Amino acid sequence: MSFSVTEPRMGTKWLAGILVVGYAIITMVPLLWIIATGFKSPNDSIAYPPVILFEPTMEGYVNLFTDRTRATPQMLKDAGPPETWYDEIAQNRGTVITGPSRYGERFLNSVIIGFGSTALCMILGTAAAYAFSRFRVPLKDDLMFFILSTRMMPPIAVAIPIFLMFRNLGLSDTHLGMILLYTAVNLSLSVWLLKGFIDEIPVEYEEAALIDGYTRFQAFYKIVLPQAATGIASTAIFCLIFAWNEYAFAVLLTSGNAQTAPPFIPTIIGTSGKDWPAVAAGATIFLIPVMVFTILLRKHLLRGITFGAVRK
Amino acid sequence: MTISPIDRAAAGTPHGVARRIRGLSDRTIAWIFVAPTIFLLLAVNIFPLIWTIRLSFTDYRVNRPNNEVSWVGLRNYERILSDPAIWDTMQATAHFLIWTIILQVLIGFTLAYLINMKFKGNDLWTTIIVFPMMLSPAVVGNFWTFLYQPQIGLFNYVVAFFTGADAASFSMIGDVHLAPWAIIIVDTWMWTPFVMLICLAGLRSIPDSIYEAAECDRASKWRQFWTITVPMALPFLMLAVLFRGIENFKMFDLVVQLTGGGPGNTTTLTSIDLKREAFERWRTGYSSAYAVILFVTVFGLASIYVKALNKVKQR
Repeated sequence: MSFSVTEPRMGTKWLAGILVVGYAIITMVPLLWIIATGFKSPNDSIAYPPVILFEPTMEGYVNLFTDRTRATPQMLKDAGPPETWYDEIAQNRGTVITGPSRYGERFLNSVIIGFGSTALCMILGTAAAYAFSRFRVPLKDDLMFFILSTRMMPPIAVAIPIFLMFRNLGLSDTHLGMILLYTAVNLSLSVWLLKGFIDEIPVEYEEAALIDGYTRFQAFYKIVLPQAATGIASTAIFCLIFAWNEYAFAVLLTSGNAQTAPPFIPTIIGTSGKDWPAVAAGATIFLIPVMVFTILLRKHLLRGITFGAVRK
Repeated sequence: MTISPIDRAAAGTPHGVARRIRGLSDRTIAWIFVAPTIFLLLAVNIFPLIWTIRLSFTDYRVNRPNNEVSWVGLRNYERILSDPAIWDTMQATAHFLIWTIILQVLIGFTLAYLINMKFKGNDLWTTIIVFPMMLSPAVVGNFWTFLYQPQIGLFNYVVAFFTGADAASFSMIGDVHLAPWAIIIVDTWMWTPFVMLICLAGLRSIPDSIYEAAECDRASKWRQFWTITVPMALPFLMLAVLFRGIENFKMFDLVVQLTGGGPGNTTTLTSIDLKREAFERWRTGYSSAYAVILFVTVFGLASIYVKALNKVKQR
């Protein structure tokens, strides 16, 4: 066993561990509370003192995905015995399901816009990053700084002319408009991150390929792209998470057709006041994918959040 | 003297042949690769910015397209800078900015320092701590209003449990004195991990040998902390502050969901105020001037700060 003077003592380590774990647990409480509330009945969700142990129900999820109407006893009788488990949950509350809610659509919009903008952003970003990394581009530093500075603008400040521009071009409230917008916003991140990743690939590989008769394009997609795969993947996840979470542009520029989930989830209301289990259910479904991605990304997190300024 | 293989290959083939084998010239490829990105950024970022500047000298209103638009010169700017209500929003923003940065730096640095002691399982716990900052601020902010409910909210229950106060006696988002702190608490909860991660990178960049040398010189742990740890982690800490500063100056989604700017105007940050002017009162020209002022402010402050950061780095 090696001994080091810089290594903290065992007791200090334990104390540090306990403090950090304590903080981690406290910081997780609101998130765990969201997940738990999704499975609570309306009464349990607003109980005081707050209940930790409760009988789980899918009511929140049923309310999230369906539109219901209050039913008279006659209507319930006409509807007959419930055919499915979700009909049963609705009927137990004296309501009948009238159709699917908007949540599914909004979630799908988030998926389409998120993946669409990420794909476009990666194509443009990889190409630009490769050029900035390997070629002598005139005014390179200025261009790179210009790309970064686009991120400093408050979204609301650019939203005014974009709102006007989209209206003139017929892009308001369309998937294409949002995909282009999110691509532009994410380009700064992807170019900066990818340039860092490509810089780390030795130029010699490509030089060897060029001597073997590859063209520049071949060298790019047969040598550089495979080498940069992890970098590209983690950059893509960062772009996806940003597009997934974005709220300001979404709430100002979309209303129905292309609205994503973040502006929609807070507007979910029940028949009498806010239906918190349904909101929590919607939030849970929306947040879980990001948590999974965070775990996948953990090695590149730091790089992503600092635009590649800090590398581990 | 060595000649690189490329030079040798290039020397061996006639110029025209090389060109055909290599396809397009590097210069052309560079432009093909960069142009779409630059074009999209010009279309979606720079063009709108120029349009905003143009609109800021007019009295244009989006909701009255038939009105004649006239040039008003600098009047929008004059009105904004002399409006006391704007200074209230600026103050609210400054209060939010300063306190979130102070809290996040203190908690984030402490956590990083503790994690850097490399206890067992520190990687796992670091990942768990990072979760809040990756999530949608609007969705999470909306749920925090539930935690802040006076009668039923978990936050109020916990505070009541530890202080003995009545959980229904205070409302974090309904009270003019508490609301500014309500948004600071949620922002700190969300973004402390950001500062923590950057600080952790800073602490890990300090080589052990420096501490070993200090240990040989019998410097106390306290002294080592202030003369080695803090100065060497400072550039990282300053970078974290820069990022948080810019982000929180633009803050919109989280706060709009939490308090909507209220009660009164106590949590109306500049972005929220700007949104009201532009998309509720539809004073397009006026709000364009407002946007330009905000952009100049954040750009100016950031440039000054980056200069200071570079000085610290060079030391």
